[in-house]
Amino acid sequence: MKAVITVLGKDTTGIIYRISEILYKTNNNILDLSQTIMEDMFTMIMLVDISKSSNSIDELNQQLKALGEELNLSVRIQHEDIFSSMHRI
Amino acid sequence: MINTYDILETIKMIQEEHLDIRTITMGISLRDCCHSDIKVSTQKVYDKITKRAEKLVSTGEEIERKYGIPIINKRISVTPIALVAESCDSKDYVQYAYALQKAAEATGVNFIGGYSALVHKGYTEGDRALIASIPEALANTNNVCSSVNVATTKAGINMDAVAEMGRIIKQAAELTKDRDSIGCAKLVVFANVPEDNPFMAGAFHGVGEPECVINVGVSGPGVVRAALAKAGDCDFSQVADTIKKTAFKITRMGQLVACEASEALGVPFGIVDLSLAPTPAIGDSVAHILEEMGLEKCGTHGTTAALALLNDAVKKGGVMASSHVGGLSGAFIPVSEDAGMIDAVKCGALSLEKLEAMTAVCSVGLDMIVVPGDTTAETLSAIIADEIAIGVINTKTTAVRVIPAIGKKIGEELEFGGLLGSGPVMPVSNFSSERFVKRGGRIPAPMHSLKN
Repeated sequence: MKAVITVLGKDTTGIIYRISEILYKTNNNILDLSQTIMEDMFTMIMLVDISKSSNSIDELNQQLKALGEELNLSVRIQHEDIFSSMHRI
Repeated sequence: MINTYDILETIKMIQEEHLDIRTITMGISLRDCCHSDIKVSTQKVYDKITKRAEKLVSTGEEIERKYGIPIINKRISVTPIALVAESCDSKDYVQYAYALQKAAEATGVNFIGGYSALVHKGYTEGDRALIASIPEALANTNNVCSSVNVATTKAGINMDAVAEMGRIIKQAAELTKDRDSIGCAKLVVFANVPEDNPFMAGAFHGVGEPECVINVGVSGPGVVRAALAKAGDCDFSQVADTIKKTAFKITRMGQLVACEASEALGVPFGIVDLSLAPTPAIGDSVAHILEEMGLEKCGTHGTTAALALLNDAVKKGGVMASSHVGGLSGAFIPVSEDAGMIDAVKCGALSLEKLEAMTAVCSVGLDMIVVPGDTTAETLSAIIADEIAIGVINTKTTAVRVIPAIGKKIGEELEFGGLLGSGPVMPVSNFSSERFVKRGGRIPAPMHSLKN
C-alpha cells in the first residue's frame, strides 16, 4: 500500500529530516521524493510504502499533522489511489 | 510517481474549492418488515436498519481519513414506507417515522429517507394513510425525509395526489411554523422519481433494488467554477470541454469512494450520482458557475442556456468515470442551499418563473423555494402541477420542495441552518388556480410514453 505525503508552506530547515524521522520510526519506506517552489509555496511530495508500517494511515496522519502545526506547514498523508484514480485512466 | 501538478491540483480542489463526497447513502430494503401488528413491524424496521447500517458512519469516516477527502453526509434510504406499513392493522403510520428517527439516531446518520409513497397512477389504502400522516411525521422527527411520486411519463399525472400534496405541504408548514416551517424542507413531490437517488430529501430504496446497496453522490460546484475561471474567455466548446474534464475527475473520486465503501461494508455498489450539489458555503454555488460563464447574475437572460450546457457537460464528463451512473445526475438548483441563488433572488434577478424554466434543462426541479405563508394550498398544487408536467413531457425527473413561510411576507427570510441554508420569501402569482386544481382525476400520459 502506497501513500502520498504532501507538505505545503514556507520553507524551513529540517522538514525532510523531521518527516523522515517519523517514517523511519514507524517502519515506512520512502520510495520517491520531489521538492519544488510552486506559486511561491514550498512544496514537497513524498511517495511512501506503508505496507509494513507499525502505524495505521490514520495514526500517521495525526503524527504528521502535529508536526505540521509545530513547523507551521500543511502536512497531509493520503492513500495513493485518490490521485491515481482521479488523474489516470 | 504521480505528477506533482496532479497531486497539487487534487489537494487544491479539496482545500480551496470545496471538493467533497456529498453523501454515501446506504439503501436498505424493508420489504421483509411487514407485519399485521404495527409494533412488531416497526421493531423489525428498527432492527434491520440498525443492523445493516451499524458501521456505515464509522466506515465513511475511515475512508475520509484514508484518502483525505471529506465525506459530508452518511445517510440511509429505505423502501417506501407505504409499501411496508400497509400490511399492518393500525393506520397510525407515524409510528414508522418514529422507528426511522430512532434508527437514524442509533446509526448516527444525518438523514433517513423513505417515508414515501408512489401514487403516480392512484392510491392504495396504505398510500392514503401514509400521505395523510406526513405532516405529523415531519413535525415530530428531525432526520426523517419524505417524498411522494405523483406522476410518471408512462402513467401521466395523478392530479388528485397533486391537489392533496398542496394541502399536505401547507399542513407540514403550519405544524412546524415555530421552526421556520422546516417540515416542508424534508418533503419532496416528484415526477419520474429515481429509485436509487442518494440525495435527500428525495432518497428512497426502490422496489427493484437489491437487499442492501451503496450509492454515492459526488459534488463540486466550486471546482467547476474555478476551472472555468482559469479557462478564461474561451468559446462554448472549450467551456463544455473544461466542465467535462472537471466532472470526470470529480466522478472518478466518487467511484473510488463508492467501491471502497461497498467493499468495506460488504454491500454491493449501486450507482454514483453525478450531481453538482451546492451548499450555502461561499465558493460552493451552482449559480456562481453560471455567472462565471458570463452572466451578470443568475436568473438573467441566458441562464437557461448556460445551465443546459452545464448539466449536459457534467453528465458527459462523469459517465465514463463511473461504472454505474444513476440517481438524479445533473446540476441541482436549490435556492436556499446556494449562496449565489440566494443573492440572485434578493437582488431581483431570479424569479420563480425563471427557476421553472431552468428545471426543464437540469436535474430535479423547484427546490428549496420559500413562498409567502398565505399562499393557498391550491396555488401550491398548481405550482406542483406545472413542474411535474415539465418532467412528464420531457421524460425526466422533476420535483418540488416549496416552503410556505407561515406568517412571513415577500422580502422576509427563513433560516433553516446547516446544509439547508436560508431562503428569502419569493412572490407567487396572485391569480387563482383553484378551479383547475379541483377538477381531480388524471392527466393522461403523453403520446411519446407509448414506445412499445
